Amino acid sequence: MSKFGYLPHTDEDRQHMLRTLGMTHIDELFSDIPDSLQLGRALDLPAGLSEWSLMQHLKELAGRNRHVEDAISFLGAGAYHHHIPSVVDAIIGRSEFYTAYTPYQPEISQGILQAIFEYQTLVCELMGLDVSNASLYDGPTALGEAAMMACSHTRRNRVLVTRTVHPEYRSVLGTYARGQHADVVEVPMRDGLTDMTALASQLSNEVAAVIVSYPNFFGGIEEVARMATMAHEHGALLIVNTYPIALGLLESPGVLGADIAVAEGQSLGNTLSFGGPYLGMMAVRTELVRKLPGRIAGQTKDRDGRRGFVLTLQAREQHIRREKASSNICSNQALNALAASVYLADLGPQGLAEVGTQCMAKARYAESRFAQVGFGRVHDGPYFHEFVLNLGPHAEAIYERLADEGIYLGYPLGGAYPELAGHVLVAVTEVVTKDQIDETARRLEALR
Amino acid sequence: MSRQTADFPLIFERSKQGRIAYSLPPLDVPEVDPRTLLPDGYARRKPPALPEVSEVDLIRHYTGLSQRNHGVDSGFYPLGSCTMKYNPKRHEQAARLPGFALIHPYQPEKTVQGALALMYELQGHLAEITGMDAVSLEPAAGAAGEWTGLMMIRAYHEHRGERRTKVLVPDSAHGTNPASAAVAGLTTITVASDASGSVDLAALRAAVGSDTAALMLTNPSTLGLFEEQIAEIAKIVHDAGGLLYYDGANANAILGYTRPGDMGFDVVHLNLHKTFTTPHGGGGPGAGPVGVKASLVPYLPVPLVSRDASGTYHLEYDRPHSIGKVKGFYGNFGILVRAYAYVRTMGPDGLKAVAQDAVLGANYLRKRLSGPYVVAYDRLCKHEFVLSGKRLKETGVRTLDVAKRILDFGYHPPTIYFPLNVEEALMIEPTETESLETLDAFADVLLQIAEEARTDPQLVVQAPYTTVVNRLDETLAARSPVLRHQFQK
Repeated sequence: MSKFGYLPHTDEDRQHMLRTLGMTHIDELFSDIPDSLQLGRALDLPAGLSEWSLMQHLKELAGRNRHVEDAISFLGAGAYHHHIPSVVDAIIGRSEFYTAYTPYQPEISQGILQAIFEYQTLVCELMGLDVSNASLYDGPTALGEAAMMACSHTRRNRVLVTRTVHPEYRSVLGTYARGQHADVVEVPMRDGLTDMTALASQLSNEVAAVIVSYPNFFGGIEEVARMATMAHEHGALLIVNTYPIALGLLESPGVLGADIAVAEGQSLGNTLSFGGPYLGMMAVRTELVRKLPGRIAGQTKDRDGRRGFVLTLQAREQHIRREKASSNICSNQALNALAASVYLADLGPQGLAEVGTQCMAKARYAESRFAQVGFGRVHDGPYFHEFVLNLGPHAEAIYERLADEGIYLGYPLGGAYPELAGHVLVAVTEVVTKDQIDETARRLEALR
Repeated sequence: MSRQTADFPLIFERSKQGRIAYSLPPLDVPEVDPRTLLPDGYARRKPPALPEVSEVDLIRHYTGLSQRNHGVDSGFYPLGSCTMKYNPKRHEQAARLPGFALIHPYQPEKTVQGALALMYELQGHLAEITGMDAVSLEPAAGAAGEWTGLMMIRAYHEHRGERRTKVLVPDSAHGTNPASAAVAGLTTITVASDASGSVDLAALRAAVGSDTAALMLTNPSTLGLFEEQIAEIAKIVHDAGGLLYYDGANANAILGYTRPGDMGFDVVHLNLHKTFTTPHGGGGPGAGPVGVKASLVPYLPVPLVSRDASGTYHLEYDRPHSIGKVKGFYGNFGILVRAYAYVRTMGPDGLKAVAQDAVLGANYLRKRLSGPYVVAYDRLCKHEFVLSGKRLKETGVRTLDVAKRILDFGYHPPTIYFPLNVEEALMIEPTETESLETLDAFADVLLQIAEEARTDPQLVVQAPYTTVVNRLDETLAARSPVLRHQFQK
């Protein structure tokens, strides 16, 4: 009998197959591995577990994590806790989707191909741009790909990135840039926004792209349209890294002049999952389509004229172009993109605007309550749903104490921004309640 | 799947103004008017044209789409080089436990000790399985792992004051290998295979030199053949000062029998969505952890998960020689949970049995199909093998036609036209999770198609007949790209 539920062969099956091959022992199948390279011992791993024992073990590990719904959480900084409609998991849990791979055989993959085509349409609509791909790994890698695309398109190798872009995004961008011998130059910030005077002086005809976040890392709304004009005057592209939830209310990057828009798509129906899997969204103007990295689904017809979908423009991709490909990406985040599509279809235009409005309303309520107890927002300008608080000289103690009490006040900024030591980035979404904000204000007041 | 005459509607074509599916919590704080809070010109003028559908419409739409898709759960999926094995349902449940699914990456470390423990253990298990000294779980997929590995190799050479820019890649390599080299700022040199499908040692000796950064090798190769000269290859590359990179796409074949670290490789990536059975998701997400030998540990991406003397886990960022970050946060954690669950379920005996049954099934199918099809290299293979359809060509039937005809029998076809060095290639990887009955039935179908090619080639050339659409015009799609739905004005 078989010892493992995933391995169907019985001893008799194995013997039959070995006999067919003229073999008597299973190890003969590995006779092409030289003796000196044979492991010759069992792997040093724990013994296998039954389903019950495995799940008990995993529940124990999971139980050692205090998750955001068992706490009061103001954590954002690139990953956001929003309500995920039950329909999302109902659909991404359908195994015809999640146990398939890249749709190399379109006739039996119309489901995922059409879903990708619809996803691309949704991304273009949100971003206000012409063409989207089928997804990249996540927001930071999408930004890295966008920068490299801009260098390739403009044949320049310097990108300007403002200090108000997420520090992890800048870090990943730096890794991409080192790979391709591109220079990344930081544009300083002032009062939580890009220093426009500095940007003007840093721009030149050697700059491939200006990179800005919208809303930026501190929640602020940058002068994106002005940056687009400035970049274009120097023949540079504008790359906008955005937050899709906000785009129900905020003017689209495309309308503001972006050439490439990228985003972390996690907030659209994907669980936090300790940082992944998420999805990188990317949309571009039509003239950049041949430089677009990754899979793209396109509409076509079958022999009888039926509408159908295929992977297309594959001459950009690694399996065709090899070292000349626009990117090395192969696997992407298709199932996460499906979750994003289902989320957007569930919300519709009204729902997306309402989520955004609730985020803005609750953030302002939190801002005012925290200010009442002595912790005011440190910046003045317009913002979406994230803002910076100064916790003062005892910041770390306050932060730790709150965490012990099950309140995650936000992302401590001192590590990435030494000038903001003792400051914390607070995010407020529609799932944070008034009671939770009031409770947090009370605790803050007591710890002041 | 059955064929209908009407097009399956797009979600946008189901939209009707005024319908909703969403349900949001009531606003329990004072209302705001976003327009007054945003700068002039930054409030959206035209809302995005998202569909307006009821929940029922939504579910029927995507359920309908799912029924137009073939997954491993729908039927046999012998897509070579992709290791389309069964995806255990317990893994799906595990990844959805609130303690895993609802933790934020920036929570204080003390509130995520369980997640860090899982990652720490998985780092160790993958290091043991590959024979490496340390593992980073950060890369999001195989190609991301390749890029990460090559960036580390570059950093290693640069740190030693050597300028080495060439990456050697066999002609049978995955396209991601040369593409990843390019993204890492390195240049590719292709090395030919010899008549037996192995790396041509003379060609390799001629290609290595003081500019060699690394050799990238898949072992077993994309031909499904174990590279028996690997020790000699490693010596040639190492003697020239280069490093060896192991593309782990085919690691399923060797679990518990041999390890890249013991073969002489310095860097390895694994595709958790292949060998460690995390679902492929219709194209992703995957995960591409990277393991390295001690000499490359300083260059691993940040953060690594460490454990201190008190048994507390930490995210370790203080690594001055690190290549930096290759992805946001710490990797595709939800995928790591599934892979960890798999390693813990199978244990050392189970993983070895996986390799045995994967290799047994591939060799059995190879034996059954040899004859009507030409086996590209008809010798002991590992987890996969490559057929050439060139013998059918005289009937007018090409490999593409064979693949399309396979669809009519409810199977996913093998990988076709890869590797590039085999004419009319069909690359078959049955995996260990398929029964003898499934393997026999599939072999019978392939033999029947070979017979059809001789007796009624048009039957094969016109296939498929049973799918929701028949052959799609890929030229039209590329020449006149329609890449998004156009709304009627």
